[in-house]
Amino acid sequence: MSKLEKFLRGRFAAAVVAVLVGFAISAIVLAAAGYNPIGSFAALFNGAFGRPKYIANVIIKATPILLTGVSVAFAFKTGLFNIGAEGQYILGTTLATIVGVKLNLPMPLQVPIVLASGIIGGAALGAFVGWLKAHFGIHEVITSIMCNWIAFYLCNFVVMSDAFHKPNSTSALQVNGSSYTMILGNWKKSPDGKAFLKGIPWLREIVAKTDLNYGFIIAVIVAILISVVLTRTKLGYELRAVGFNRDAARFSGISVERNIVLSMLIAGAISGLAGALTITGISPHTITLLAAMESYGFNGMSVAFIAACSPLGCIPASILFASLIYGGMSVQQVMGAPSDIINIMIGTIVFFTALPGVTPMLADMVAKKRKEQESIKVSKDGTPLPEKEV
Amino acid sequence: MFANLILLIGITLMYSTPLIFGALGGVISERSGVTNIGIEGMMVIGAVAAATASYFTGNPWIGFLAAGACGALVALLHAVASVSFAADQTISGVAINMLAPGLALFACRRFFDGAAMTPIAPKLPKILGESGLAGTAFANLNVNVTTVLALVFTVIMWFVLYKTKWGLRVRAVGEHPAAADTLGIDVYKVRYCCVILSGMLAGFGGASMTIAIIAQFTQTAISGHGFIAMAAVIFGKWTPFGAYGACLLFGFTQALVIMLGGGDFVVPSQILSMLPYAMTIIVLILFVGRSVAPKADGVPYVKGSR
Repeated sequence: MSKLEKFLRGRFAAAVVAVLVGFAISAIVLAAAGYNPIGSFAALFNGAFGRPKYIANVIIKATPILLTGVSVAFAFKTGLFNIGAEGQYILGTTLATIVGVKLNLPMPLQVPIVLASGIIGGAALGAFVGWLKAHFGIHEVITSIMCNWIAFYLCNFVVMSDAFHKPNSTSALQVNGSSYTMILGNWKKSPDGKAFLKGIPWLREIVAKTDLNYGFIIAVIVAILISVVLTRTKLGYELRAVGFNRDAARFSGISVERNIVLSMLIAGAISGLAGALTITGISPHTITLLAAMESYGFNGMSVAFIAACSPLGCIPASILFASLIYGGMSVQQVMGAPSDIINIMIGTIVFFTALPGVTPMLADMVAKKRKEQESIKVSKDGTPLPEKEV
Repeated sequence: MFANLILLIGITLMYSTPLIFGALGGVISERSGVTNIGIEGMMVIGAVAAATASYFTGNPWIGFLAAGACGALVALLHAVASVSFAADQTISGVAINMLAPGLALFACRRFFDGAAMTPIAPKLPKILGESGLAGTAFANLNVNVTTVLALVFTVIMWFVLYKTKWGLRVRAVGEHPAAADTLGIDVYKVRYCCVILSGMLAGFGGASMTIAIIAQFTQTAISGHGFIAMAAVIFGKWTPFGAYGACLLFGFTQALVIMLGGGDFVVPSQILSMLPYAMTIIVLILFVGRSVAPKADGVPYVKGSR
């Protein structure tokens, strides 16, 4: 087997091929619309990685979609489709804001409590969907979508309510400063911190000029944790068993209903955490009036699918998508090409990850070509061609 | 009171129309065994195509047809993936929901100097003309022509699905493709046709938003309609009339939101806006587990596999 063939039969091939096709198709679309694809991709790359600050922003962008990605991936592994990550995320931001505004404890207490309230919000919404599925047999996709919109309007209700609305704005009050999770949080703005950071320009750029926060580290830990739970624990085994074959799981004494609720509860909790981390980690540290869905849940789905629903795979996938989304903004600034090209690219990538047959097919083609070439070599030596085995 | 009732009916019909087209698309696709989460994306494409074509040609009917054609084209992608390549239909649908809005906005910005919305385009007529019934109490019953078309399409689909040979084949393919195959039915062809049809219908749904209800494409013209249509498919038990009724119910709750929002009710508008979605969940609970999907829905068919 040649190296190329080996790669094409490997587990990463589908993702890599999908990304390459995604770039190729967007290049064609760009060229057809009269924009220079090479220049656009250069602007994209530069916009995502050109400066330390940009890289920090990519990591910030990757945090929520890594978590919603893990949420979708986890549910998918247990046979459920969590299209409700969006709503769970929104409810997470909403509850984190409510608690963060009303509560003002010392930081070591405040941060866990604010994060926990976001987690509880997401988990409650997820569990509700799971409960509807387990006890009434209502498809989770439908209830999730309905819950997305309910969470959406609940968020707007909180923003506009007397208790939380910030006067003359479209947002709610900011959470208390003790809830912040930025790296070097308040110190970086103090005179000491400013003086210290002045000496180290790159650190100053990524810390002082962005909202770089601990969120990504937490998200990576969650991804690892979920991976361990799924593959190494009894709980994970039961959850996957229910997803793989419900009847067989029931026969072996696993409570299917309980596991469906539990699975959606955990998936919801992860998405809720994503929302809470957005509130604690990124300015404006509050919720704003939503005009349309935020797309964190939907981008999470893309992340999960390109990672073939492996929680660990979501880590690189989230970085990839975050760099596309963040870098994509400069495509419009530099080249004038609509930044919507990024959605076309992401859509194409996800589309091709859905096709399971593509990479084995390519591998077969490579193998066939190699065999042909080998047989040509043999015939040049003057020895007769071996009979083809059928 | 009477005028309010008429208004309520008018708004209900108006809001349910795009949903009905989308839901019919869902019914035909899922009946043939292909889950179509991409309805939303196909509606967005239809919406932008309708407004653009109507604006440039000045003829809204061309816009309507263009919407169907573009929706069908996007659906073809879904068909290739889910029928020929045995892809995961959920993922393919999600991909289309990302791809299509991107494509729609990209095209919109290309055609209209970077604007995320089209200019005002000519609208499809109302059934009794622009001034029909004007001044009478029934003025609000002069609905868009698309509202009538939606009902016509529903009846046609019911007839085709249940009263014709082709409809029987579609249902057979959706329930048991292998059995259908042994009887000489080309499973792939039937599924291709149904998915493409579903894209066309979804495209019409988009058009009935952007060249009938409003007169332009905007970024939020289609926001979640395709997903609500999917809910209607399940709630309507995968039948054309069931889906039609489900969409009417949804349109009705939306009309209630509008009517109550303008009144002197103490309920904040955001809470009121949840009504259609909460109502759907409640209704689904009341009809517990009684909706059963076509047996092969979402399962790719590979010839010769057991």
